Amino acid sequence: MDHASSSAPGRVVLALEDVGKSFGAVAALRGAQLELRAGETHALVGENGAGKSTLVKILAGVHGPDTGRVLLDGQPVALADPAAARAAGIAVIYQEPTLFPDLSVAENIFMGRQPLLPGRRIDRRTLARRCRELFDRLGVALDPDRPARGLSIADQQMVEIAKALSFDARVLVMDEPTAALSGVEVERLFAVARSLRDSGAAVLFISHRFDEVFDLCDRITVMRDGQWVSTDPARDLTVDRVVRRMVGREVSSLFPKIDVEPGEVVLEVRGLTRRGVFADVSFDVRAGEIVALAGLVGAGRSEIVRAVFGVDPYDAGSVRVSGEELRKGDPAAAMAAGIALVPEDRRQQGLVMELSVERNATLTRRWKLARGGLLSSRAERAQAAEWSKRLQVKAGRLSDPVSTLSGGNQQKVVLAKWLSTEPRVLIVDEPTRGIDVGTKSEVHRLLSELAAGGLAVVMVSSELPEVLGMADRVLVVSEGRLVDDIPRARADEDSVMLAATGQGGTSAGAAR
Amino acid sequence: MSAPVAKPPAALPEELAAPERTGRRGSALVHRLFVVRELGILAALVLLVLVTVVANPRFLSGQNVRDLLLSAAILTVLAAGQTMVIVTRNVDLSVGSVLGLSAYATGTLLVVAPGTPVVVAVLAGTAVGAVCGLLNGLVVAAAGVPSLVVTLGTLYAFRGLDSLWASSADRLQINAADLPSGFKALGGARLLGVPVLFLVAVAVVLLVGWYLRTFRSGRELYGIGSAPEAARLSGIPVGRRVLTAFVVNGALAGLAGVLYAARFQTLDTTAGTGQELFVVAAAVVGGVAIFGGSGSVYGAALGALLLTTIGTALPQLGLDPFWRDAAVGALILAAIALDRALQLRLAARLRGRNARRDR
Repeated sequence: MDHASSSAPGRVVLALEDVGKSFGAVAALRGAQLELRAGETHALVGENGAGKSTLVKILAGVHGPDTGRVLLDGQPVALADPAAARAAGIAVIYQEPTLFPDLSVAENIFMGRQPLLPGRRIDRRTLARRCRELFDRLGVALDPDRPARGLSIADQQMVEIAKALSFDARVLVMDEPTAALSGVEVERLFAVARSLRDSGAAVLFISHRFDEVFDLCDRITVMRDGQWVSTDPARDLTVDRVVRRMVGREVSSLFPKIDVEPGEVVLEVRGLTRRGVFADVSFDVRAGEIVALAGLVGAGRSEIVRAVFGVDPYDAGSVRVSGEELRKGDPAAAMAAGIALVPEDRRQQGLVMELSVERNATLTRRWKLARGGLLSSRAERAQAAEWSKRLQVKAGRLSDPVSTLSGGNQQKVVLAKWLSTEPRVLIVDEPTRGIDVGTKSEVHRLLSELAAGGLAVVMVSSELPEVLGMADRVLVVSEGRLVDDIPRARADEDSVMLAATGQGGTSAGAAR
Repeated sequence: MSAPVAKPPAALPEELAAPERTGRRGSALVHRLFVVRELGILAALVLLVLVTVVANPRFLSGQNVRDLLLSAAILTVLAAGQTMVIVTRNVDLSVGSVLGLSAYATGTLLVVAPGTPVVVAVLAGTAVGAVCGLLNGLVVAAAGVPSLVVTLGTLYAFRGLDSLWASSADRLQINAADLPSGFKALGGARLLGVPVLFLVAVAVVLLVGWYLRTFRSGRELYGIGSAPEAARLSGIPVGRRVLTAFVVNGALAGLAGVLYAARFQTLDTTAGTGQELFVVAAAVVGGVAIFGGSGSVYGAALGALLLTTIGTALPQLGLDPFWRDAAVGALILAAIALDRALQLRLAARLRGRNARRDR
């Protein structure tokens, strides 16, 4: 902590002054400002597309600002590339983990900064030891020598955090680090962030989870449409005031759940088992019903829905849609039977990032849109335009690559892609991860309307308020087993969390 | 509106305490799979030799083995360089032409100045290759053109340069009689019975292997190939590292050209034609992932040895040498299938570990 100890608490370490940045015709930042003080945890909040990620990338040295200045200790600095930002003592934990899948976890953490022996040789023993020390500090049980390939998103995020920790940063930027973490892991991360702050580092925390923001942060900066709105001490603010500043309007109910009388059983899962992952999972979902799969990260929820959809294989059990048994491991059959899956990791599994918005939105329907085996780009465009309008996708042009959209709008494109197949069962895995409040409630409204229209919805979510607010029934998964089935009336934070951590789960209707 | 988010209830002390370590099974597992990969090639090699020896006991005679090692030496040096490039998610298809150009340049030097010490000749040939590699690397790294296209272009350009030089110098072929005896001795030289050229190849493989494993810049080459975007974000100077990989690979192709000149001693402008794909094949058979990020130079060297052995063994088995191409093709497919199977196995094991750990 060489850098940090030299900064007196309260002194401004890093400041952005009147920073502007445009990508083509789109102005991502206009007159943005930010002031990070030593020994302070600072929150940056704003809707998707407010410019938070662009601002982070300027701090990280990925983008250079078009206008304005970056000041480090009061002196203007040029963060020309990521190496320069790192040399300036700025560590960034990105929203999406960026690891080397083929390299070991320890190498991922210390890439370019491996401890050396004489002759500039890498000291592998010290490397592994320092990695283990970091993991002990974080309370993570990862093997430093295993490859990063195959790590769950939560574990990948923990590796990113260890990476940022490893170089004694004086400025730590965390861009939605908790989106993929379970409650326990979030607590550990916060303990680390607080200890860094107490030792004099400046911490910038970006999150859509307001309880975390207020829990952790001293000051809160609000951004809207690429512009600075306000910076105030957290104790002078309330969630409602922050939200109003973020959206510039009142947000109606966050969970606009419509009560629906459930219809016929549409999806029937019986005794689904995949060795080492999940076992004997049985449940029904009726038309018009929203069923949530709750549980800790890694409990096997995503794996279960992936197996139901046929992306992953299973060893035993059956899946029926409207009474018809599905062939296992065959997503095409699942789609034909009317199942749609909106995956957890939209960047890797839900979208082809380089393709245009319209191409992505119509990817599932390319055969139906084709005439004589050739895709009509006019039909493609018309279909994409219709869905973009219905879901209010904010995109420059529909021919732009999906990678240029904000996270919330990307998620809407994934939804459009699947909704256009007119499914009977919609499976959504973490539907609002990394999405701002405004878009979140739009996604919730959409899911609720779809269910009201007779769709059976299966929702995997790590956010309890979302689970409790949206679901007609909560199925709790713990260590690969369905341990509880809680109807909406009886579902609350305690009952779900107790079951999820394996301490409850004695409800009458368990795992029917 | 205030959204309280998934927070563990207070009664979770044992969850908050650092969970016990899962031991070193992960690394042991990965290590074992890599060993399996290289042992697989070795087993194939041993099997091939055994079968051939049964059919023709003279296959393992001293001269035969020495010839085999000499042929393998050149391919091995090329494969070591190619591994450095492939690991960064690039490829160099121009190495055959670079070999030809360097061999011809070295030959010309020795014809024009017969008094040139062998060491200088070796350095000169290597330098010619390094310049070719620098050209490739500059276009790939600075201009951001895919290496496949760039080196496909220079494959023809370097070969054309070679022919142009040879015809304008009116020296279309360099014969053994034109070369100084000191240099020719290098081709047949032995140390403790082992051809010196092969020892040079072994030294190159060990050096490159040591570099890739032991130095930061070596590990960064793997990082670049494994996830280019992550490499950029971690501050790795991607362009400079890729450029270095191409220069080293070019230099090694140049060295291979000198070895070629010393071994065959008759040089024309077709030397090394078609070697590039054979080199890539050696690396792939040796377990170097064509999309970068994984594989070792030792595997590539074993691959080169295996491919060379097939070439010499098939005639001894009484098979038409044309079968060699089919055998090489089958081997590439087998190697890819094996890699895929190992990868799936590894993925399944690592996933199982996740599920057991997160509780």
